[in-house]
Amino acid sequence: MASNAAAPFWRAAGMTYITYSNICANLVRNCLKEPYKTEAISRERVHFAVSKWAEGKPEKPNVICVSA
Amino acid sequence: MFRQASRLLGRSSRPPRVRAMCTEVPANSNKDSAFVEAWKKVSPTMEPPHTPSTYMEPRPPTPSSLPSKLTVNFVLPYSSQLSGKEVDMVMVPATTGQMGVLPGHVPTIAELKPGVLSVHEGSDVTKYFVSSGFAFIHANSVADIVAVEAVPIDQIDASLVQKGLAEFTQKLSSATTDLEKAEAQIGVDVHSALNSTITG
Repeated sequence: MASNAAAPFWRAAGMTYITYSNICANLVRNCLKEPYKTEAISRERVHFAVSKWAEGKPEKPNVICVSA
Repeated sequence: MFRQASRLLGRSSRPPRVRAMCTEVPANSNKDSAFVEAWKKVSPTMEPPHTPSTYMEPRPPTPSSLPSKLTVNFVLPYSSQLSGKEVDMVMVPATTGQMGVLPGHVPTIAELKPGVLSVHEGSDVTKYFVSSGFAFIHANSVADIVAVEAVPIDQIDASLVQKGLAEFTQKLSSATTDLEKAEAQIGVDVHSALNSTITG
């Protein structure tokens, strides 16, 4: 039964539910009034420090900042 | 040595555990009897360890008469908005349309679309705008609502909504690939929902 149901348009375009819901959430965050907007956006910010391991030592870390 | 005996004796008669995320109401115990049986076979002298589910509070059983209040749990990734709150009704923006949930609602899982979630408590109505998520309605008049982002509607900026709506309507007409079209369509959907929330 579920397989016969029409897929939503975003699914047909190759998006996953996670992608879809994150886009929706981002758009909502961007439409907030000011003190709430910065707070909501900063809550979603993620930092990664990636460094390659070479000759027994970690190389200089490359910091990746993802703001969702 | 027999200090634990009363606990061990009391445990064996309990009914089995039911999965947590299903809409069926779990029985009144969280102990996994299959696990306990298997444990007893392997080490009959040692008492079974506590598993995470042992520490979880069991869900209340389905009452035989219709309760007057609906228990709502409303959670976001970063906070718990409502926890076990007893209300009269919630209106959830399901993909199939606005859905009013009253006590004794039939068990359902509903996907949410961007829209207004309103919580009715007597004459008080609290409105949130949810981006997307799911609502799980259990047989025992408990509703679990999970959303990625939800904000009280007075925090929405009308001018930014208008700007976004215009931007995405324009993007929709200029989009070439399927993915771009879908992204623009999501933008239009979300901003239209936001717009209708603040205007009406």
